[in-house]
Amino acid sequence: MVALARKLDLRDRRLGGGVSLPVLAGIVAACVFLVIGCLTSSIFAQQTVAGLSQGVIYSSLALALVLIYRATEVINFAQGEMAMATTYIAYQLTLWGLSYWAAFFLTLAIAFVFGVVVQVTVIRPIQQSVIAVVIVTIGLFLLIDGLVTWKFGADLKFMAAPFGNSVYHVGTVTFARQDLGTLVVTVVSVVLLWLLFQYTKLGLAMRAAALRPAAAALVGVRVRWMLAIGWGLAAVLGAVAGLMTEPTTFLQPTMMQAVLLYAFAAAVLGGLESPVGAVVGGLAIGIFLNLVGQYVGFATSELRLPIAFAVLLGVLLLKPTGLFGRKTARRV
Amino acid sequence: MRRIPAGLVVAAFAAVVIGLLPFTLDGYHEGLAARVAIYFIAILGLNILTGYTGQISIGHGAFMAIGGYTTAVMSHYHHTNLVATLPMAFATAFVCGVVVGIPALRFSGVYLALATFALAVSVPQFALKFSKFLGARNGLQTSQTVTHEWLYIVSWTSAAILFLVAWLLLRGRTGRAFRAVRDSELAAVSTGISLPIYKVLAFGVSAAFAGVAGSLFVLATFGFAQPDEFGVLLSLQILIGAAVAGLGSLWGVLAGAVFIGLLPEISSSAPLVGSSHGQDVVFGLIVVAIMLLLPNGVAGLLLRLSRLRARA
Repeated sequence: MVALARKLDLRDRRLGGGVSLPVLAGIVAACVFLVIGCLTSSIFAQQTVAGLSQGVIYSSLALALVLIYRATEVINFAQGEMAMATTYIAYQLTLWGLSYWAAFFLTLAIAFVFGVVVQVTVIRPIQQSVIAVVIVTIGLFLLIDGLVTWKFGADLKFMAAPFGNSVYHVGTVTFARQDLGTLVVTVVSVVLLWLLFQYTKLGLAMRAAALRPAAAALVGVRVRWMLAIGWGLAAVLGAVAGLMTEPTTFLQPTMMQAVLLYAFAAAVLGGLESPVGAVVGGLAIGIFLNLVGQYVGFATSELRLPIAFAVLLGVLLLKPTGLFGRKTARRV
Repeated sequence: MRRIPAGLVVAAFAAVVIGLLPFTLDGYHEGLAARVAIYFIAILGLNILTGYTGQISIGHGAFMAIGGYTTAVMSHYHHTNLVATLPMAFATAFVCGVVVGIPALRFSGVYLALATFALAVSVPQFALKFSKFLGARNGLQTSQTVTHEWLYIVSWTSAAILFLVAWLLLRGRTGRAFRAVRDSELAAVSTGISLPIYKVLAFGVSAAFAGVAGSLFVLATFGFAQPDEFGVLLSLQILIGAAVAGLGSLWGVLAGAVFIGLLPEISSSAPLVGSSHGQDVVFGLIVVAIMLLLPNGVAGLLLRLSRLRARA
């Protein structure tokens, strides 16, 4: 089975999908620009780090969307609300006396089960129709939002700050410990996920099930369960994003809605099919929005979302499959 | 004798009921019924785009906002007659729909869904950005307000006219072209249908319907055009209504409109639910259940029933 699944998977070896030279050049140029900016201005550096720590949150939720999109070509509009709900679960666990990190890991496990259950019960029966799945996830969005508001109320709740409130000084630049902690936790979870996909039998089976479901089933991959596990892992990523969002927005039922929108933008920017694209897209959007907010007077906070989407539309009009997307050829 | 089509009978029956309702309803319920008409128009518009032409949109709240703000601006600054603002909303939203439809030609499927979703999120923000002109979060009020009865009559008349327009548009050459585009773009092109023209046209018409709905929506909220009223949730509700109605058929639209118009009302008075957040729970549950049980919506159910009747 392993050998055959590996063969199926060959198409996916190039992790970046079809990253083209101009895109690569653009990314390198952007990095050079950021480094020079950070070395010349401490405000620039501060905004870049803040943007990075928001960007990794967008990245992890975008990655959750991409995981599901790759497997079934649908978008889970409830991803953000699922993340929000799991963050409330963590809150409840800390209320019951667990320490923050015990609650953190227990929540990830619960999120996994939650994702699997959602896929098996309401998504699997209708997964043939894209529009039906979109509408069901919108229904879930309302359902989860309503349930959480019902149980916990719409007012702000506070959890213990996982990384404390201290700041570091490097030269004239100030970094919040919170931002660095977010960066580390999210990066570690993304790397773990990558290792899972790239180096385990389960990951291989999941990739095979996503790319060539029929062939994967023939070599003995249990495709249906692989899809369910994909939803579970997406929910785990979402939970990480939710827990890392909490220290800045605090707990409220709407906390993940804006994050979800940026994650959409990030995922599409990266090409929806490409995990690397989702990560790069999330970082790019996080940093870009912070820098624009700092330096462009017109770009007040009301226009944060429209600007993110304007950039997104601009990129899509130039490159309709996103930065890392492949051109797909369809036989007719 | 020629058989009268069942659909026509249903439509005539619905028209009579709607015509007689004002005599039995009090003001509050007239307002509710007018709201159903508003959703009816919006769902009709979305159905032309998503159901008939196969282009998904999660951004119709944005076109409603454009129509609504057209009415508010015209009435607030120019004291235009409120009924006269409806065609203006239609025209403005049509133009905006065409403007959005042209770049949308490059997207399809999920990408289009996300792009239109972005529209739904972005458009209300502009009311906050240009707050002096558009009245920020508190909204912009029309110079006159209307009674429930006025609203009921005008919105159902608009609904009837627009239903007729949609029906005439969809039954002929244009409707066939729309459906051909939906079913197979390649086949449509090879029979001489211009994809860009029909896709953009569908976007424009659909947006124009939503614009009229938005304009009436503003009149229904005491003449206030407010950004929060036109949030993402509105776009989602319309899509849900269209799905409940059944995409690609005009006969379920009323059911979809009644569903999203009245369900929050009914569920908030249900004994178990009570609070306003209970509404969301009920709403979400029913949406999920309907998609699982009736994947083609009410129109699909009607079709199945009529087939059963034909067999019997």
